[in-house]
Amino acid sequence: MRVGLVCPYTWDVPGGVQQHVSDLAEALMELGHEVSVLTPCDSATDLPGHIVPAGRAVPVPYNGSVARLAFGLRAANRVRRWIRDGGFDVLHVHEPAAPSLSLLACWVADGPIVATFHTCNPRSRAMAASAGMLQTALEKVNGSIAVSEAARKTMVEHLGGDAVLIPNGVWVRRYAHADPLPGWPGPGGALGFLGRMDEPRKGLGVLVDAFNELGRRRPGLRLLIAGPGDAAQVRARIDADLRDRVTILGRVSDADKVRLYHSVDLFCAPNLGGESFGIILTEAMAAGATVLASDIPAFRQVLRDGTAGTLFPVGDAHALAQQAEKLLDDPGRRAELSRAARRAVRAYDWPAVAADVVRVYEAVVPAGVGGLVGARTER
Amino acid sequence: MTEVLIAVCTLLVLLSVSFYLSWRASRLDRLHSRLETAQAALDAALARRGAVVGELAASGVLGPAASVLLSDAAARARRAEDRAEREVAESNLSRVLRAVLAECDAVPDHGDLLAETYAAARHVHIARRFYNDTVTAIHTARSSRLVGALHLAGHARLPTYFEMDDEPPEPLDQRWPDSTASGE
Repeated sequence: MRVGLVCPYTWDVPGGVQQHVSDLAEALMELGHEVSVLTPCDSATDLPGHIVPAGRAVPVPYNGSVARLAFGLRAANRVRRWIRDGGFDVLHVHEPAAPSLSLLACWVADGPIVATFHTCNPRSRAMAASAGMLQTALEKVNGSIAVSEAARKTMVEHLGGDAVLIPNGVWVRRYAHADPLPGWPGPGGALGFLGRMDEPRKGLGVLVDAFNELGRRRPGLRLLIAGPGDAAQVRARIDADLRDRVTILGRVSDADKVRLYHSVDLFCAPNLGGESFGIILTEAMAAGATVLASDIPAFRQVLRDGTAGTLFPVGDAHALAQQAEKLLDDPGRRAELSRAARRAVRAYDWPAVAADVVRVYEAVVPAGVGGLVGARTER
Repeated sequence: MTEVLIAVCTLLVLLSVSFYLSWRASRLDRLHSRLETAQAALDAALARRGAVVGELAASGVLGPAASVLLSDAAARARRAEDRAEREVAESNLSRVLRAVLAECDAVPDHGDLLAETYAAARHVHIARRFYNDTVTAIHTARSSRLVGALHLAGHARLPTYFEMDDEPPEPLDQRWPDSTASGE
């Protein structure tokens, strides 16, 4: 199939949607499909051949923050030209509710359209206010995908209709093997954390409290932390006599991220909520880490009700410490959970996820009803 | 002079009203053709699932009892005549498929056929969701008074939801780690 993907956010800035589109494009091409990605982009140099820049994105205030979007008639014309030249069997727009390229593509295109909804925000003012205007464009979407149950709920509440659930993918093979960081995990056991240190909802505070409790009982236990944020602030929360057993790496490269998952006996995800999916968990699972995560709906789903990783009550540092202790003392159970995690994460492997997306394409382009995506002429 | 102005204004109003109405009508028209496509996709997905299940039953991989259950359910789904009967029969096929596949915990060497069965069941789930989504969109569009009063929808029947249990069986590659391990 020839697939046209539209990314509404600028390619130069890293982000969840951009990463998703980039990985999906790669996975689709691996499955033998032809892909072209249209995206706003400031610097058109060094782009792979299938990425088509649609010009500069403009920073504008939208939905409570400043987003870099492409809109306006010039952008619409670029979309129109790209669709005409593309000869696509199906057009796949991402986050069509954002006032950017994806919405323009829905306006302009004639033919099979698939849309993926990423946002999960129960009170998206922007989406609620513009629902009426979006309706006309979204009526043309033949099938919608939501990346999480939360995203699906947001979409259903604001725009009506329904979507199939296809989760975010992870490149399992890129995480499967890596050398641990030098000296890790060590004989006394090691706990790991990855995520923004200064974002309270990531729950690092809960893990630190648990470590303060557990470190006293287990003299060799160490804690490895990676992620952006203020390290000094985190150190201040750790009991003074335990501080030398905590290593804070700060922001790490992708390669070191993979190594971190392989460097600890237990990977902890103590999030307090606000997580719609749990990409970090699927990455850790792909690396075969034993996962200890808080019992929020997104994590419970990814960990298959606690069979592919252990769950503890949200925000309960004492429970975290107890569960961690039990697992640290039971290497057999850890190995079992690691195997279960590697098996469960196959559902999130990009080749499998992309194959499911192709099923969606096939559902909107039934055999024999062929016909390429066209573009309406200017009025 | 004023007469001319009034005439021009009336003409403009009439023109824009007719443009607006034809735009609304074309939106409805597009929705109805989207429904036709969705219906075709749903029919195709159900037919394909029936065929794959028939093949699975005939292969005998799952044992004679399961094969009888599968071919019976598939045959009933195929023979169902009206919509209501079809909804029940297809739902039963989903249930039988789930029950039968959940029971079989050995690693059969027919991984391809099982993977195809899962894919066909997933196709049904996707196609039905898109069909019902389109029905919702048409209901919303036709609930407007303007559309009703002016018969913008023409003679098209108000579509109804396709109600069925379409939950696919447990993904196979997670239950039989070695049968489809390479993910080809």
